Amino acid sequence: MSFLETKNITKRYHSQTVLNGITTSINKGELVCILGPSGCGKTTLLRIIAGLETADSGQVFIDGRDATHLPPAKRNYGIVFQSYALFPNMTVMENILFGLQQKKWTNKAEMKAKAEEALRLVDLEDAQDKYPRQLSGGMQQRTALARAIALSPAFLLLDEPLSALDAKVRARLRQEIRSIQLSLGITTIMVTHDQEEALTMADRIIVMNNAGIEQIGTPHEIYHHPASAFVADFIGTMNVYSHHGVTCAIRPENIEILSQPSAHDVTAQVTTIEFKGPMTRLYSVTVNNDSELCLDIPSERAQALQLSQGSTLFLRMPEEHLVTYPVKSDA
Amino acid sequence: MREKLRRYLSGLRWSQLFALVATITTFTIVLIFPLYSLFSKAFVDKGGEFVGLGNYITYFQSPALSISVMNTIDISLWSTLFSVVFGFIYAYALTRTRIKAKAFFRYTALIPIFIPTIVHALGLVYLFGKQGIFTRAGLFPFELYGRLGIIISEVIFTFPQAFLMFFVALEFADGRLYEAADAMGIPGWKKLTHVTLPDIKFTVINVFFVCFTLAFTDFGAPKVIGGSFNVLATDIYKQVAGQFNFNMGAVVGTLLLIPALASFTVDRLVNSKNASTINAKATTLIVKPNWKRDSFFFIFCSLITGFFLTLVTALFIGGLSENYPYNLSFTWKNFLFSRSSGGMDAYVNSLEMAGLTALCGTIFVFIYAYLMEKISGFENLRRFGKLLSILPLALPGMVIGISFIFFFNNPSNPLNFIYGTMIILVVSNILHYFSVPYLTASGCLKKLDKEFESVSDSMNIPRWKTFLRVSAPLSLPAILEIFMYFFVNAMVTVSAVVFLYSAKIKIASIAITHMEEAGNFGQAAAMSLLILMMNVLIRLLYEVGIKAIKKHTSAKERHET
Amino acid sequence: MKKSFFAPVVAVMASFVLLGLASCSPATEDENPTTVPDAGEITVYTALEDEIVEEYLAVFNTTYPDIKVNVVRESTGIITAKLLAEKDNPIADVVWGTAASSLLVLDSENMLEPYAPIGVETILPQFKSEKSVPTWVGIDVWETAFIINTVELEKLGLQASDIASYDDLLRPELKGKIVMSNPSSSGTGLLTVSGLLQLKGKGTEAGWDYLGALHENIDQYVHSGSKPAKMAGAGETVVGVSFGYAGIKQIRDGLPVVVVFPAEGSGWDLEANALMKKDSINPAAQTFLDWAISSEAMSLYQNNYPMLANGQGGKYDGFDSDPVDQLIDNDLSWVALNRDSILDTWTEKFDGKSAPQ
Repeated sequence: MSFLETKNITKRYHSQTVLNGITTSINKGELVCILGPSGCGKTTLLRIIAGLETADSGQVFIDGRDATHLPPAKRNYGIVFQSYALFPNMTVMENILFGLQQKKWTNKAEMKAKAEEALRLVDLEDAQDKYPRQLSGGMQQRTALARAIALSPAFLLLDEPLSALDAKVRARLRQEIRSIQLSLGITTIMVTHDQEEALTMADRIIVMNNAGIEQIGTPHEIYHHPASAFVADFIGTMNVYSHHGVTCAIRPENIEILSQPSAHDVTAQVTTIEFKGPMTRLYSVTVNNDSELCLDIPSERAQALQLSQGSTLFLRMPEEHLVTYPVKSDA
Repeated sequence: MREKLRRYLSGLRWSQLFALVATITTFTIVLIFPLYSLFSKAFVDKGGEFVGLGNYITYFQSPALSISVMNTIDISLWSTLFSVVFGFIYAYALTRTRIKAKAFFRYTALIPIFIPTIVHALGLVYLFGKQGIFTRAGLFPFELYGRLGIIISEVIFTFPQAFLMFFVALEFADGRLYEAADAMGIPGWKKLTHVTLPDIKFTVINVFFVCFTLAFTDFGAPKVIGGSFNVLATDIYKQVAGQFNFNMGAVVGTLLLIPALASFTVDRLVNSKNASTINAKATTLIVKPNWKRDSFFFIFCSLITGFFLTLVTALFIGGLSENYPYNLSFTWKNFLFSRSSGGMDAYVNSLEMAGLTALCGTIFVFIYAYLMEKISGFENLRRFGKLLSILPLALPGMVIGISFIFFFNNPSNPLNFIYGTMIILVVSNILHYFSVPYLTASGCLKKLDKEFESVSDSMNIPRWKTFLRVSAPLSLPAILEIFMYFFVNAMVTVSAVVFLYSAKIKIASIAITHMEEAGNFGQAAAMSLLILMMNVLIRLLYEVGIKAIKKHTSAKERHET
Repeated sequence: MKKSFFAPVVAVMASFVLLGLASCSPATEDENPTTVPDAGEITVYTALEDEIVEEYLAVFNTTYPDIKVNVVRESTGIITAKLLAEKDNPIADVVWGTAASSLLVLDSENMLEPYAPIGVETILPQFKSEKSVPTWVGIDVWETAFIINTVELEKLGLQASDIASYDDLLRPELKGKIVMSNPSSSGTGLLTVSGLLQLKGKGTEAGWDYLGALHENIDQYVHSGSKPAKMAGAGETVVGVSFGYAGIKQIRDGLPVVVVFPAEGSGWDLEANALMKKDSINPAAQTFLDWAISSEAMSLYQNNYPMLANGQGGKYDGFDSDPVDQLIDNDLSWVALNRDSILDTWTEKFDGKSAPQ
């Protein structure tokens, strides 16, 4: 049963189309990532779902009700922005209470309890009297999250919540956000341009490009069965090349190295070798048509092959891993 | 079609729309309606017959008059150039260096706005006129009257505005950017061109237009010190007060609006690109000592300050001596003001008028700026509102004064009752001085995170609450700055209120012009000194207030850390 | 609760109005219910000098203690512009001591109420409006005079006696040493120029030729009538072409100037009084106008003006000659008729003097 739906959402700014007939459906309790390069319209879609912007046409449904014309406050969600938008003149606690005060609480203690619960959830009980500028980036991010969930919203909207943080904090917060989301069982939409973030956190991913949807699917589907050359290239590393007028795509780890030449092989010469711990990445150029190919092989195997720059490789592209598209895309 | 309309209507925030419409309507009534009643005269002849552009053709065919256009552009460009550069360096010195005596420099930079402009010109005459202190000492071998005098006067007049706007812009600094630049080994001047200036480029453009427009429309300096150098503002004066030709006066008045319209266009162009924001993550900039840099800025500030103090000293000498330069003996007699100008009552009225202007003006400006900057949608309405906001800058006080008479002193106008009262003085002051505070307020609000409002919307917090609890407190320095601006300008203003004050409500700044006209320079200087004292006092109270707020905030932080 | 932004906005606007109301005095009352001519409150617009207004009113109020006079005093140009702009709803009851050339403009706009004040017959016919019931009545005359700074003049090797006529102003030593009022912004400038044109022959080019020659010696044209005198007093210029009273004030202030009336004669204008046309005329306004040409008032004007409109010469301390003899045969209606063309010609010839370098 879908909890959030958008139907045929279209939005234009002046002459530029930012969203072109976007239809999505998000299930209750699910974490969905909207993934795409900057300018693809993903943030606009989120803001339309939030009611912060109005679509030119199309509808938004929340819990089965047409919410297209509802003001933001009536949609019952919590939101975290890339900038966090914490009120700098208020402490962590005041930031959270500011929103809670709007609800008609029977008593102050209940309100306070609610705020403390949210802070406990993000592990910030000790920082409640600090001002935002006294906090680290990660703590500010968690404050914003606490503020969003303190109101017990029906769903959560996260707009690039981690992009301003450093890699380590980001990796840890991914898990934290995901576990909070799971424990609350709250429907969540997260906008991101980071494919790794989307793959690790999402139940499902909506890949967007040029104001439209490229593919919707689980991380597994998106990764292994990219529906378009764009998705193939955008998610993970993908070798995209042209073969008899057909665009072919294959992941670096799926290319096989043959010990000797055979009838259907591709001959390539190694240009760069990158040692990456357990795996080694080989960059190579095909002999016949100068396409660039990259391969991931276990480091042990690479050592055994005694490869060096200029070594010749005989490669096979297994049918089951090869994705083909009729027309070569620009991506 | 119906669906489209429904969608459009449902997308509207009715209460926001109401606030927007109410504010813009108020502004339109006091700005556009009176202007219309005056400017519609630009297209009719003296007898009221419609002549189309006939008056404009007549104006431009008269070589003496059209030369004023070139003269005005000439003096405005030069004075703007100096004011922008000086204002920036001065504000930079007070915000981004570690020079000593910053508080002192901050007050003295504002001296010119604490006294009526007519007094600047008098001060200049006493320093650089044919009998001036410097001229007699052989240190000023130039002709003061005319172009040079106007440019110097306009720089004195516009410098504090430039300084204030730069100061507010530079006060906000994201320390991280400078730390990043330091880490990259970027030299100081390159930090200026690549970090500081881009961050405040919006302010630079605003300051440029504010100074240009102020100089373009100023009447005081050209009248007192301009000699035969004609500018548009003196042309209006000649048309209106010399030849009683309101039609030609209106023609010149419309020409004076051109810079404001240009400024609005530029604002539209740069506005969309202005994305500089301060969010909760910004760290305070810590300026490192650097004696070379600090010495340069200290000397620069001292020169500017020294000049202003010399000007004030000239006032004291003039005001406390019998008859400069022929009789320098000391006297207090100048503080015994003549009754017909209103005497001490005029001073009290001025205080009341300035207080009301500052209070009502600050509230109105800030709400206006908030509605323009922080409401989404209603693009056309807001564009209109922004255009309105910049127009008063281009209106010489004389145009405001006369158009207010035409509009408000009409028996069929339901607002006729405010004519001749304190209200019309306060309203005309707020209107006259609206633009600079508006730019300060909107510049300040622009720097606040746009998502504050989105977050509030999502949490069902009313906009007014976000405004009162978040935007306003975060903008407190700017708000107080605006209050100051209104107060001191209302204390010194002449040109608009000269047409509007009534026999019962006389004010001090007008009394000064009367004293000056009657040749009572001593009394004029004495009254100027009283105004100066009050403005300095208000400024001091403001500083104390700001300090208290800062202390309160940091104490709170220390306590809770 | 909806997002009600308007609540505080309305509150602010309301407080705006309330604050204003609470603090303002009520509007100047033009309709005064009283019918008693020697009591009540009137509004008088005047261009008389600030300090003498004060002195004159003190005397008025000893005679009429129950008439409260609210005065708006501004320069002639501002007062006239304000009166014209207020045409649809006049605030002033009385115009007092304002240039006749301005009152002619008001009269042509039909803004003046004919009124013959008590004693109007004592005013010479050329010094009041020609109508059977006059719309304006003159009180005094003011006239072109040279205010010369003797200290600065001596530096040029000249004596005060060297400058006695218009022609003396053309001396080469005075090049760039003369300041004159701009006729298009100052009544004094206008009376000087129109007086010269009449002296040199109405309708001939002789007057313009002289002004062209004078132009070579002019340092600047300023926007106020008294300013040339003040600049001479302060040594900012050597000769100020201004009016007599402005020069006398400089002398009384102890400044080293002399006032010289040109030998050829002085152009002049009148300061005059008028009753404003309003829906209801306050009798106290008429009382004021009666007083304003009474012998009591005339004896006051006498201290400041060389010639009064009743034909009597004023007392002019420090002058040998009788300034009355200086006045040219001035054709005020000719001036009023040709005002625009005189100013246009003057502006075209001389006002574009300075262009940006």
